[in-house]
Amino acid sequence: MALVQIRDVYKSFQRDSQRIDVFTGLSLDVAEGSFTALMGPSGSGKSTLLNLIAGLDRPTSGTVRVAGADVHAMSAAQLAAWRARHIGFVFQQLNLLPVLTAYQNVELPLLLTRLSKKEREERVRVALGVVGLDDRIHHYPRQLSGGQEQRVAIARAIVADPTLILLDEPTGQLDARSSQEVLTLLQRLNSEFGKTVVIVTHDAHAADKAKAVLHLEKGVLIERAAVGA
Amino acid sequence: MKIPLVYNVRSVLQRPVSTALTALGIALVVAVFIGMLALASGFRTALVRTGSDRNVLVLRRGADSELSSGLSRETASILAASPHVATGADGHPLVSPEVYVLIPLPKIFDTTQVANVVARGVSDQAWTVRSNVRVVAGRKPESGRSEICVGQRIVARFPRTGIGETLRFAGRDWSVVCHFAAGGSAFESEIWGENEQFMPVFRGQVFQSITMRLSDPGAFAEVKRALETDKRMTVDVHRESDFYVQQSQLLGRLLRVLAFLITGIMAIGAVFGAVNTMYAAVASRAPEIGVLLTLGFHPRSVLASFLLESAIIAAAGGAAGCLFALPINGIVTSTTNWASFSEIAFSFRVTPGLLLAGLVFAVVMGVLGGFFPARRAARVPVVQAIR
Amino acid sequence: MRYLPLVLANLGRHKRRTFLTTASVALALFLFASLRTVVTTIAAGAQFGSARRLVATNATGIVFPLPLAYAGRLRALPGVQAVSWANWFGGRYGDGKRFFATFAVDPASYLDMYPEIVLPADQRDAFLRERSAAIVGRRLLDVFGWHLGQDVTLQGTIFSGDWTFTIRGVYTPSDPVINDDMLIFRHDYLDERMNRAGFAGWYILRIDDPNNAAGIAKLVDDQFRNSSAPTKTGTEQAFNASFATMWGNVSLLMNTIGMAVVFAILLVTANAMMMSARERTGEVAVLKTIGFSDWRLFGLVMLEAGLITLTGAVLGLGGAKLLYRATNFNAAGFLPGFDVDGTTLAVGGAIALLLMLASGLVPAVRAARLPVVQALRHVE
Repeated sequence: MALVQIRDVYKSFQRDSQRIDVFTGLSLDVAEGSFTALMGPSGSGKSTLLNLIAGLDRPTSGTVRVAGADVHAMSAAQLAAWRARHIGFVFQQLNLLPVLTAYQNVELPLLLTRLSKKEREERVRVALGVVGLDDRIHHYPRQLSGGQEQRVAIARAIVADPTLILLDEPTGQLDARSSQEVLTLLQRLNSEFGKTVVIVTHDAHAADKAKAVLHLEKGVLIERAAVGA
Repeated sequence: MKIPLVYNVRSVLQRPVSTALTALGIALVVAVFIGMLALASGFRTALVRTGSDRNVLVLRRGADSELSSGLSRETASILAASPHVATGADGHPLVSPEVYVLIPLPKIFDTTQVANVVARGVSDQAWTVRSNVRVVAGRKPESGRSEICVGQRIVARFPRTGIGETLRFAGRDWSVVCHFAAGGSAFESEIWGENEQFMPVFRGQVFQSITMRLSDPGAFAEVKRALETDKRMTVDVHRESDFYVQQSQLLGRLLRVLAFLITGIMAIGAVFGAVNTMYAAVASRAPEIGVLLTLGFHPRSVLASFLLESAIIAAAGGAAGCLFALPINGIVTSTTNWASFSEIAFSFRVTPGLLLAGLVFAVVMGVLGGFFPARRAARVPVVQAIR
Repeated sequence: MRYLPLVLANLGRHKRRTFLTTASVALALFLFASLRTVVTTIAAGAQFGSARRLVATNATGIVFPLPLAYAGRLRALPGVQAVSWANWFGGRYGDGKRFFATFAVDPASYLDMYPEIVLPADQRDAFLRERSAAIVGRRLLDVFGWHLGQDVTLQGTIFSGDWTFTIRGVYTPSDPVINDDMLIFRHDYLDERMNRAGFAGWYILRIDDPNNAAGIAKLVDDQFRNSSAPTKTGTEQAFNASFATMWGNVSLLMNTIGMAVVFAILLVTANAMMMSARERTGEVAVLKTIGFSDWRLFGLVMLEAGLITLTGAVLGLGGAKLLYRATNFNAAGFLPGFDVDGTTLAVGGAIALLLMLASGLVPAVRAARLPVVQALRHVE
């Protein structure tokens, strides 16, 4: 069974007096251990799809199941706990709390667990090690470059060992080199650590690194392309 | 080049809650400020109105109040014969040798509480000597009878003070035959009877004070010297108005000191609030400020503009504070005048001057609170701000 | 407290704002504690009084004296163990700006009556030996820089002329409610100077049974009912309370101002909390995405508000407590025993909690109810 099952999802917004239909009966599977790139022009619904998977937004109708759980059948409190356990999320920017150090930012999801301070520290160090920022542990976000910031965000996304990592244009604000670093990192997470990754991107390079690319246009999946192994 | 005021007003309206909270904080400070000074002013006014420039008050030498004074009948007749004393329409000198005592009366709302009320035994001339005293109901006490006239501030606050009722003190029953007003002065917190009636039941053959009308008010210094050097008696001569002003000083000063102390501390808190608000305003408008500076507005104009904005908020708060304080005008309260140990009732007096002072105080708070944020605004680096 | 670093970091974001807000709360609670202590001190003065002491005054009024001959008759009454008397002596020292109470008392019986006035035995003997001797409170000694054995001259306002006393003792009250800035001298000295038969301003009676206070008081008043100077007798506590009522509406005034102060600062705090919360909309969304629940975010904002108000409370209330204790403040003798009491501290603490709830509520609810998607759009 696919890790993410999206079935017949409708989603519409009310903007002023106008109704905007984003999805009209979208169905989609994301397999466990896959690295999927979601592409498409602005307004095609990529981010909305990601938000639906993460339970940040609710579909107008239809179901979203992640790891067997019906995401939108949960209460707000259950959803929060579920998200803490299963989802690692990275935004395009402003992921990090500027008042916290890299270490403290990464530690945030672990605060929601029962782990002791010592266990938390171990995990944070491992996560920051994976993203290659062992030497920036006590830096504040403003002391980091854009690429480093995103890697800290990724470290935070993986630190609690979630089922699924979702990234919304993580390289959108980065220069080519930093983008490359981040994408390579994601690839490693997928291949080495077996993490399921879904990334929304404009970036063709990003799509190259993915195992599968989904194209969304006006809320409709128009192409399935399998690239690479 | 000045930045138009409209810009500030619009900006203020952009963040209504924050602005309202800040202004309201200032309003409360101003209200307390005005309220406390209205209290001090009311108290002072009551005593200032008590004395007249044309009267002198004679006490035994060294006595600091009527209560601690004592004068003989002989002294009274010496004074009555003084050439400086004005003569009334009936040909008698305008002199009132008075018995001044405190009597305990139970309060109307809680009869277990007792207040010390002034009972003043006066001569028939007193009603003329004290030109501000006016009988508002009933008739004046008749000589030789156990009759009293009650100051109108007392009437509502102590039982058995209505006309026709009898009030018991000093072991005798006294019938209340009139109520009197005295222009809001401390006399209105007194009970008056005839001195010859009060004398035997209180302290025996002694007056506490002698008040007389001068034929020439300008001759006070001369009168004072003449009477105080008179070998037949040992007296202090006070101008009546000065004497009562002085009586108000202890408590009046205490109230004013308290007012400034309390509102001063409150004001610091309110200024801190204004500082917070204005810094937040400056921070959120950094790009706009950048634009203004790029357009060629001088940093000084930006500084002035933000100071003005802060002052506007504070002035609005000050105006609200004045409105909060207005209703207390006229509310009657009472306190013990420690200088005379007696209870005196008076009303809060919210004067236009106090309202103005409150407004100025508010604007000062606003300018103080706005200064550093405004300076920050003027120093916004243009490039960084509009990026 | 695993969330503490997060909350502290948030407070550190706008250090100036946090400092100013905390300082406002501290100032407000300092004022509150000061104002309330005025009220509690007056109340404590009104409450003070031994159940075993009665005070008899002239029924006509406190300013009228009682014959000294009453002393023997009072002593003879059943239930009365001891009798003493005192007289108010209006005295001014120097320019008269520093007011203090001066009493003429019957020395031996007065000191026996008031064990609260603690005096070394040798000073007591000296006071009893010498007719022109006086004892003064420790504070008064310090205020004027007097010393033992010094002659001090007061101007009498009621008993005119200059009065010179020799300071033979310095007392310390065992109960803070008793003034430590009185001057007490001997009644026989007053009588001698005035060349008069003795009068007493009021009598103090020690009775054997506090439960019988009302009965004995009535007995005293009945005894003198038809004399030229009838008495009014009540417990010492009632006597003191009658002075406390002379403060009039001061309690109402203080409480009203106290409320205005607290409310004004509530506005300042609430405003600061709201500004902070508004700036952090995006971060709240991030935390929600990480899996922080609505309630947890509500709690975090509340905790932040609580840290500000409680720190302010500790500073303001503690500051008031320490300041008045360190300076031994008594409002120039008007408020003896001025000390911020436990109840005031507790009420101040409760106010801090209320401030936290009131100032944190709106931003906390807003944070808890923030829809993530909308907030994210807000950010980008």
